[in-house]
Amino acid sequence: MTGDAMSADAATAGAAIAAHELTRRFGGFTAVDRITFDVRAGEVFGFLGANGAGKTTAIRMLTGLLAPSSGRATVAGYDIAREAEQIKRRIGYMSQRFSLYEDLTVRENIRLYGGIYGLGDREIRDRTARMLDRLGLEHAADGFVRAIPLGWRQKLAFSVALLHEPRVVFLDEPTSGVDPITRRQFWELIYEAAAAGTTVLVTTHYMDEAEYCDRISIMVAGRIAALGTPAELKRSFTVPSIDDLFVRLARETAK
Amino acid sequence: MTTAAQPPAVVADSLEKRFGGTPALVGVSFSVDAGELFGFVGPDGGGKTTLFRILATLMLPSAGSARVLGRDVVRDLWSLRPRIGYMPGRFSLYPDLSVLENLQFFASVFGTTIAAARAQIAPIYSQLEPFNERRAGALSGGMKQKLALCCALVHRPEILLLDEPTTGVDAVSRREFWDLLGDLKRSGMTIVVSTPYMDEATRCDRVALMQRGQLLATDTPQRIAASFDRPLLAVHAADRYRALLALREWPRTQAVYPFGESLHYVDARADAAADAIATEVAAFLTARGFAGVQVAPATPTVEDAFIARMGAPEGAHAA
Repeated sequence: MTGDAMSADAATAGAAIAAHELTRRFGGFTAVDRITFDVRAGEVFGFLGANGAGKTTAIRMLTGLLAPSSGRATVAGYDIAREAEQIKRRIGYMSQRFSLYEDLTVRENIRLYGGIYGLGDREIRDRTARMLDRLGLEHAADGFVRAIPLGWRQKLAFSVALLHEPRVVFLDEPTSGVDPITRRQFWELIYEAAAAGTTVLVTTHYMDEAEYCDRISIMVAGRIAALGTPAELKRSFTVPSIDDLFVRLARETAK
Repeated sequence: MTTAAQPPAVVADSLEKRFGGTPALVGVSFSVDAGELFGFVGPDGGGKTTLFRILATLMLPSAGSARVLGRDVVRDLWSLRPRIGYMPGRFSLYPDLSVLENLQFFASVFGTTIAAARAQIAPIYSQLEPFNERRAGALSGGMKQKLALCCALVHRPEILLLDEPTTGVDAVSRREFWDLLGDLKRSGMTIVVSTPYMDEATRCDRVALMQRGQLLATDTPQRIAASFDRPLLAVHAADRYRALLALREWPRTQAVYPFGESLHYVDARADAAADAIATEVAAFLTARGFAGVQVAPATPTVEDAFIARMGAPEGAHAA
C-alpha cells in the first residue's frame, strides 16, 4: 500500500509512469522526498496532496521540465533525466490556469498546438474537423476562445492536449470552478481517453473526484503517504471517504 | 426567517446587472438574517462575483435594489462601506508587503489599528503571527486566505462578504477556513460567502443555488437536498465507465452520473419504490455481464439537487 511497497520492477514492466526514489531538493529543502510509484497504461491515477506537499515539483520532473536531484523515473518508457525531449513529445498537459490562448480562435489554437507537436497540415485539418464534430463546436470554430463558456473551454483544452495522441496526459486541476454536470462530462472524457489506452495523471481539490480514479496517491510533505485504490485506502485506514483520509494524513504530519 | 427580532442584514430585491448585452444577474431576490451564515453556491460565471461587488458597494446594479445593514448599497455607500468586510475572489493583498504590513495598511485605511481590533481578529491572527515578517506573496494558498480574512476583519465590520474564499485551496485548508467562519458566526457575525464546492453548502445555515445569474433555490441545505423528489440509487459495478454507458441506454433512466465511488442513478418514474427499482437495475446490469453489481437507495445531497435543478449544463446552449 505504501510507496515503498511498490516494486521497482515496474520500471521495466512497461508502466506508463514509473518513479523510483524520485527526489528533488531546492537548497536545504526537500520538495519531493524519495517517491516510488508506477502508473499502468490506460490507468486514471489521482495525484493528490495539500498545497505545498510537492505535487507540482513532482509533475514538473515527470514532464521533463525539472531535473531530479536523485532517484529515477520513466514516462512512456523514456528516462526523465536523459530523454526529457522524447518525453515532451509523448505527453499532453492541461491545467486550469493555462491551457488555451484566449485571444486566438478555437481553430487557431488547435492549429498552433498541432504545429508545436509536429503534426502535418493534413493531419491537423482532419483532427480539427473530428474534434469540432465530437465536441459539437463547429459553429464556434472561428470565434475567440475567451467567448466560449468555461466548461466548454476546459473540454476543448483537454481534447487539444490529446491532439498528438500522447501516451500519458497530465491534468492539473482540470475542473476547477465548472458546474457539477460539466465536471462529470469532463470525467467522461477522461474515462473515454483511458479506455482508449491513454494514461491519465490528474490532480484535483474536489475530493469526490479522487474517488473517480482507478488509484490515487496522497502526498504529504514530499512523501507519498498513501497509495492504492480509493476502496482499498478507505478500508485500510478505516475512513468513510477520501476527504477524511486526506485531512487525517495532512494533520498527522502537521503535528 | 421573519421571526428574528433584528431586521435582516441583507435584503436584495429583483437585482439585475447587464454588461453590454450580457445579463450577469437576472431578478435576484433574497434576504439574509442578522447572524446568519449564508452561502451562494454555483459554478464560475454564475453571477456570484457580480452580486458580491454590488453588495459591497463597488458596482451599481442595472435595476433592482439591495440594502445591507438597513442601508441602500447605492445611495448610502459612504456610511455603509466602513461597516462591511469584503474579501474579493482574487487574492488582492499586497504580495510584496509582509503579513504585518498588510494588516497595518488595511487597519490604517479605515483609521484604526491592529491593537484596537485584537479581540475580533485574535483566533485568526494567532495562526498568522508566527509569519508576521513573511511576504504575503510567499504564503501558502490556505494562509493567504486567512490573511485576507484577517484584513477584511481588521476594521471590525458588522457583516462579512466573502467571495470564493476557498477556491483553489486544498481540502485541509478549506476545512480550517470553514471552522474559522463557524467561530466568527458564533461570535454573532453575519457572513455571506460564495463557493463553487457543493460539499461546502452543508456548512451554511442557508444557501442559494446560483447559475447563469439566477437563483435556482434558496433554503437550508437539508431542505434543498430533501427537495430532490425522485428515487435515487447508488450503483456500484466493477467497470464503472461501461456501466454508466450501459445505463444511459436503459429506457427507465432519467439521469445517471458519477458520484464519489458510485454512480448515482435517477429513475424516470417518480412513483416507483426505490427498492423495486434497485432490484431491476441490478438485474439489468448483471444481465449485461457486469461484475460486482450492488444497487441501493441513496440519500440525495445538495449536489444531486443542484444537478436536477440546473437542467442543461453551462455552455450547453453553445452546442
